[in-house]
This record gives sequence, structure tokens and C-alpha cells, in this order.
Amino acid sequence: MKAGIVVFPGINRERDMAIALERSAGHAPRMVWHRESDLSGLDLVVIPGGFSYGDYLRCGAMAAQSPIMGAIRAHAARGGHVLGVCNGFQILIEAGLLPGALLRNQGLRFLAMDCHLKVERADTDFTRHYQQGEVFRAPMAHGDGNYFAAPETLDRLEGEGRVIFRYATPTGEITPEANRNGSQRNIAGIASENLRVLGLMPHPEDLVDPLMGGEDGKPLFDSICAALAA
Amino acid sequence: MARDVNQALAREFGLSADEYQRVLEIMGRTPSLTELGIFSVMWSEHCSYKSSRVWLKTLPTKAPWVIHGPGENAGVVDIGEGLAAVFKMESHNHPSFIEPYQGAATGVGGILRDVFTMGARPIANLNALRFGDPKLARTKRIVDGVVRGIGGYGNCVGVPTVGGEINFHPAYNGNPLVNAMTVGIADKTKIFLSAAAGIGNPVVYVGSKTGRDGIHGATMASAEFGKDAEEKRPTVQVGDPFVEKLLIEACLELMATDAIVAIQDMGAAGLTSSSVEMAGKGGVGIELELDHVPQRETGMSAYEMMLSESQERMLMVLRPDRQEVARAIFEKWELDFAVIGHLTETGRIVIKHKGQVEADIPLDPLAEQAPLYHRPTEETPKQARLGPVADTAGLGPALRTLMGCPDLCSRRWVWEQYDYTIGGQTVKRPGAADAAIVKLEGRTRALALTTDCTPRYVLADPEVGGAQAVAEAWRNITATGALPLAITDNMNFANPEKPRIMGQFAASIRGMSAACTALDFPVVSGNVSLYNETEGRPILPTPAIGGLGVLEDAAQAVGYGLTPGLSLVLVGATEGWLGQSLWLREIAGREEGAPPPVDLAAERRNGDFVRGEILAGRVAACHDVADGGLLVAVAEMALAGDTGATLERGGDAAYWYGEDQGRYVLATTDAAGVLARAQAAGVPARLLGSTGGALLTLPDGDTISLAELRRLHEAFLPAWMDGRAS
Repeated sequence: MKAGIVVFPGINRERDMAIALERSAGHAPRMVWHRESDLSGLDLVVIPGGFSYGDYLRCGAMAAQSPIMGAIRAHAARGGHVLGVCNGFQILIEAGLLPGALLRNQGLRFLAMDCHLKVERADTDFTRHYQQGEVFRAPMAHGDGNYFAAPETLDRLEGEGRVIFRYATPTGEITPEANRNGSQRNIAGIASENLRVLGLMPHPEDLVDPLMGGEDGKPLFDSICAALAA
Repeated sequence: MARDVNQALAREFGLSADEYQRVLEIMGRTPSLTELGIFSVMWSEHCSYKSSRVWLKTLPTKAPWVIHGPGENAGVVDIGEGLAAVFKMESHNHPSFIEPYQGAATGVGGILRDVFTMGARPIANLNALRFGDPKLARTKRIVDGVVRGIGGYGNCVGVPTVGGEINFHPAYNGNPLVNAMTVGIADKTKIFLSAAAGIGNPVVYVGSKTGRDGIHGATMASAEFGKDAEEKRPTVQVGDPFVEKLLIEACLELMATDAIVAIQDMGAAGLTSSSVEMAGKGGVGIELELDHVPQRETGMSAYEMMLSESQERMLMVLRPDRQEVARAIFEKWELDFAVIGHLTETGRIVIKHKGQVEADIPLDPLAEQAPLYHRPTEETPKQARLGPVADTAGLGPALRTLMGCPDLCSRRWVWEQYDYTIGGQTVKRPGAADAAIVKLEGRTRALALTTDCTPRYVLADPEVGGAQAVAEAWRNITATGALPLAITDNMNFANPEKPRIMGQFAASIRGMSAACTALDFPVVSGNVSLYNETEGRPILPTPAIGGLGVLEDAAQAVGYGLTPGLSLVLVGATEGWLGQSLWLREIAGREEGAPPPVDLAAERRNGDFVRGEILAGRVAACHDVADGGLLVAVAEMALAGDTGATLERGGDAAYWYGEDQGRYVLATTDAAGVLARAQAAGVPARLLGSTGGALLTLPDGDTISLAELRRLHEAFLPAWMDGRAS
């Protein structure tokens, strides 16, 4: 698998992502500076977390207009895999590659804590190493992760099986208490129609080493590496 | 701004009559407005350390592992494997009172720059915070703004905020303390310093544009507040963490080349202090053409540009043949890059603007004739040892009160607003261990980081309190298994012109020095913040200590969370010292008595023993006994591991809530072995109890469920700040 991590100037979790990908793939991903325009040869394009352009107003809005997004759109249109985490998820939404919006967290505070994610679909290229309905832990760290979409969009996402992760209790119940940022229907991660573009708010890449408290996030990277192994 | 320069204006700028007279002598004429501005900020307390220097010189600063001690932008210590840790703590107290969000945010930004200026990539932030009485609405507003500001800046630059401390006390009502610490990692052979060299070499400005913000910030930080404090808001700077992130990456990229001769961030007193200090340290002259300074506003005068404290700016001296390499890197990161001057052999700083010479000052006298004061000191009278105190509360009710009080309650609400996992190297997160443990990327080695001070001890006995602050930092690092290496100090005190305050300062330094020496724990960097008083009400003397230690293998670090099936062992002697304890304040309603003495020999002996046991793999959890005493320590361990404990019968409130120093609680499967080895090492130790279940069974048979304890412990901050249950 050839993975590339897109680095906008204010992206700051690119090294975390590189460590996680290397742990699963056995080799380091390519770092792609945001002014590059050639993504050819990449199987997986990752937009990691951070504050792409400072993001003082609408997170991801400026990055979504940057030239490299054209190449990322083309990669997705070719059926290529794209993973957006946190700011990366915000950017994919702002770029129109995923539906909805990410609003300020309910409570209007930055939230840095472990959350629990319920795997709604274990039959995607990103989730095959999890079990259907499995709950895993992931750190989250964001101010704007409150997923919002019109009811008909939410219905469509659910109907098409595109809700991949939901915030849950450690035992897998979908409750308001488990949903600290206030996301509609506890949605933490969604995918494109072909299930090859995945966006999620929490950071599985920060939990891939027992020394840091667990390997809960590792199956996501194992999954995509296995799916794209060639 | 055309104003006559005279003694009245000098006084407005914070210079005394004597100091202004010295300016006239150095210049041999009336200085220009810009020149007076330069003298006033360079000679401000904040930049010149004129009241504190004589005492700071007495601190122990050397050890074989110290690469650079005080005097550089930050301290540098050898941490093995060819690496150096670069770290410092710095205050942003005055601005944080006036404008809490920006004051705290720019405090974080400033200390980050001090560290990456030296070639280090920042890997961790900590902060030591002191706030006023929680009953005041203003305190709530300040806590909210400071926490948001620290998070807003640190989260965006992508450096994990992994630790710190918070105290509340009415003495901080008008002067909250915001002390920010940054730790970075560098190749120990590639440390960048600020001494300029090479006559003719270009002086280059990079980063954000210069605006009118923060003019005379350093002067503000060198005076007491009166009733008009909030009118000083325009002297507070505004931070842009996005630009800081770009600046970090661009500087580190440039530092991988050989282009830089010298580099310094523009912190307090901005362009003035950076240019004066770089040229002064290098023994050269410097000439600046201010027309080339990137400006955010139109019509700025030389005076305004020299005094601006706009954030996210750096000054560098480059090799002339590498100038274009450097320019390309900064253009890549979309940052301003401007050659604004060059080094000269005149030994003077010459400032030109619009074809006029706006300042021409000899650098040597500006530095060497800077005022230095041996201010009178008055000793704090020793307090008598506290007599017996009746325990009318009982152990259980006291524990319930203490675990929920503002000074002891969980800080979860705070750290959940700070990104502490970014970087993917956080081995021990906030609330997991006595010191944060951050691994070095791609290596097994880790750093242990903490901040500590117990201001109520320092007020009662500044010498004991100074020693205690250092000892507690050493103890917190030791309790994780790490070897303590060095400290940074942030000396927060009130008005040094008052002998009692200066006496607190001097005695604190004496106590710190004794502890640093006894524990091989030198001071490698620091910062002094004086005049922390408002309308004559001083803060508690607060010498905040930032400690750094190293672990060869991150996997050896222990936290304080209990697991079932272990024995609890207390290491260290317990007399039951209630003087200045939190139990005395919160339960008996008294703040009095002498603080617990610090026996540095016992401290060392106990700590070395504990570290040895941890590194031998015989300890599952370890916690130092600090605020609140022994029972609080055990309760914190139980909550952190969500595992109950049953304590041995016996002991009174003084035993269980006294704050005797030099103690640790160890959880182990081999209590007999630990006790035997302790005895052989001459270290007092006793069996304290065992772990398991979901209850804490107290020494008097009373029980408290962990669920109840957790509710009490976690309630205060969320309820107070957001009006919600935890």
C-alpha cells in the first residue's frame, strides 16, 4: 500500500498519523506538501488533524479551496481511498466529499478525552479488522466536532449504511452522555457512497501502542493496509 | 507621538530620577523619545532583573549534565543518546489579569519561542496557575479565559499540554499567576544561541508583521496594579498560534541548514530587547533600518516599532551567503522575511527610520550600567509550631470535604480542554502519574515533567517553602521512576521595594539553593515576576518550580492508579504535621503554624530508595504524599485506578492528614521485600493496607464508595464553571 499524508501549513497530527500507518504497513508513508498537485501512485490519501489554516472561523473552509483539493477529488473520483481525521474530516466536508457540517461542540468547549466508538460497519476497507458492533476507545481532541446534517441527509446516510462509527458507552449503548460534542444521532464517522472516503473526528492514530495506553486504534490501520496490500 | 523628553516622561516610562540621570550621563545629551523608550524597557524590572539579580546569582546552576544554564533563552540539559532537553518556565501574570484569554495564550506562545529559538522541537507544555477566591465572579471569568487561552494556543500549535497545577487563594484575587513551561528536544551538538557575530552580517526579521500592540508591556509588568488596571488592556498582545506553528516549522527547517549565526525571539520589549541582547552578547554593534520592518499598520513611528510586543516574531543573524536559502524556506511557509539591518563594529545600536537617525546608543553602558539594586530585606518571623488541634470532624467527613475542595478537587475539567495526546508520545497523561511522561519519538527514552509550589508554606516560612517546592518537584519525578535532572524556576512575588517581600524572595532562594544542592537538581533557566500586588495587597510568595527528569525506558514509568491484589506501603517518616496543612484550613478553618520541615537528607534517601524499587520492577503504583496528606494520597490512588483499598486500623487526624514531607505510598505485590530493603537502607517504611474492591475502608472502619468519592472529587470545577454536574 502506498499512503500519502497531506500536510497543510497548520496540520499538526501528521507525525502521529505517519507513526500509525508505518506501524501497520511496515513502511513510512509519503508526506505530501499542500502545494503539490500530483497524487499519482498513491492508494490512500490521508488528511490528518490540525488547524490547516489557523481555522479561526470555519474549520477546513480555506483548505477546501486549496489547489491540492482538486487532486484529492480526482483521486476519490477514480475510486481511490481517502481518510480524513478531525481537521481532515472537516476539510472533506467543506470540500463536499462528505455531507453535513461540523459545528462547535455543544458546551462550546474544546474536548480532549477518550471516547468510545461503536463500529457500525465492519465490512468496509477501513474497518474489517474490527468486529461488527465492537466498541473501541479513541482519544478525541477538537473544538468543532458536533456533526450536523438535515434529517433527510441523516436518514439517507443511515439507510445507505454510511454511518461507520458512533459515540457509545464502553458497553456499546448509544446515549447522550457518550456523545459529548453533541453530534446528531451520535455520529462520529461517515463514509462516501462507495465507502472509500472515510471521515471521523476522534484520533485512532493516537492509540496504536500499548505504551500510550492501548492499541484500540490499530485495527483501522491494519484494515486499510490489508485492503490495499499489493 | 511628538513628546518632550524629560524627567516627567521618564517617570511615566517607569524610570526613577536616578535612572534617568544615568541615561543622561551615558548619552551626554537628552535622549530622543525612541532612545528613552529603549532605556526604559531594557532597564525595567522585567528585562533587567534589577531587584533579583543579586539573589539569582546564588542559585546552584551546574552539574555534569547541564549544557547551558541561566542566561540563554532556555536551559539545556544532556538527556543521553546525543539529545538535549531545552526547557523554561515563564510568567504572563499581568496580561492574564487584564485580558485572560490573550494573556495566557501569548504566555504559551512566548515560552514556546524561547525553546524552539534554541533549535529544539517543543514536545510538551505545562502550566502552573494560581487564581483568587472561587467565590468571586471575576475569578471564574479569569479561570475560564486562562484555560481557554492556554488550550486555544497550545492545541493549535500542536504541542501537547501534559501537566501543571492550580491553587486558589484570595491573595491572588487581583493578581492571578499564569506560569507557562515548554520542553523541547534538540541534537545536543546543534544548540542555537543568541550572540551575534560577523561584522556586516545581515540582521533578518521573520514571522508576523509589527503592529501597535503590547507597547510598553514590559513596563506594565514591572509595576503594581492600581484601580485602573483594566485600562491597561491595550498593552496586552494578541496571539496567532497558526503563525507560531508556521514559525516553528520554518525555523526548525532553517536550523537544519548552516545559515543561522544567531537567533532570538522577540519577546518582552520586542525588537529592542532582541537586537540589544544579540548585539550585546556578541560584543558587536547593530544598525537597523526600520523602513524594512514588516508593518501591520500604517504610520508607525520608530518608537512604536521598537517598543511593540507583537507576537510570533524572531530576529536572526544569517550568513550572508545563505540569505536566499533562508528566504526560500520562509516564503514556503508564507511568513514575512526581511533584512532589516546588519552588524557593525561600532558597539552601538543605531536605529534609522525615514532617513533619520532615531536612536544611537552605546551598547556596553546600556547593559553594564543597568541598575542593580541590593534592596533591603526583612525576615519573615518564624511561626510557632502548631499545638494540638481537636479533631471534631472525623476521618471520613474530612476526606469527603477535602477531596471536593477547590485546591484538591479533580482538575479534569481543565485538562479536558488541553490536547494532551497530540504527538502520540504521551505515556502518562494528566491525572495518571505524579509527573507527566512523554516519550521521545522513535526512542525508548522518556522525560518526566512536573510543576510544583506550595505558596502557603512559602508565606509561612519562605526558606522552608522554597526548599519544599524544589523537593516536591524532585519527589514527583522520582515517584514515576525517573531520575530528576534539573529545574526551571518562576519566581512570582509582590513589590520588591517592600523589605518584607524582598525578604521572602531572598529566603526562598536560600531554601531552593539548599534543596537544589542536596538533590543534585540545579536551576538551568527561570523568570522573575515582581510587583504582583494590587492596591497594596500582595500575592502569596510563589516560587513555582518546573522539574525535568529522564527515564531510559518509558515502559518503566509507573503511575499512581491502584490495581487489585496489592499491598500499600508508606515510605518516609510521619509525625503528623498539621501546621499549614489543607486539613487545618479546610476542616479547622485556620491558616497557621510553621509549615512541615523539609529534611533534605531524608528526602534524598527516601527518594533514591523508591526510584530503585520502581526501576527494579517491584512497584505497581506510586504516589507522593503532598497536599491533604496520607489519606488524600490513598484516595487519589484509588480513584485513578478505580480500585478500592482497606487501610490498617489506627492513627488520628494528624497522622492521616498531616503534611510531613519526603513520603511516598507504594503499591506492590512484595510488601515484605520492600519493607526489608527499606530497613536495610535506613528508610522508614510501614505497611499501610491492601487494595481491591470498590470501597475505601478508612482506618476507623468508616467506608466510602469510590463512586461517591469520585462524585465529590469531580464535582467542583464543572459545577462552578459550567453549572453542570461532572
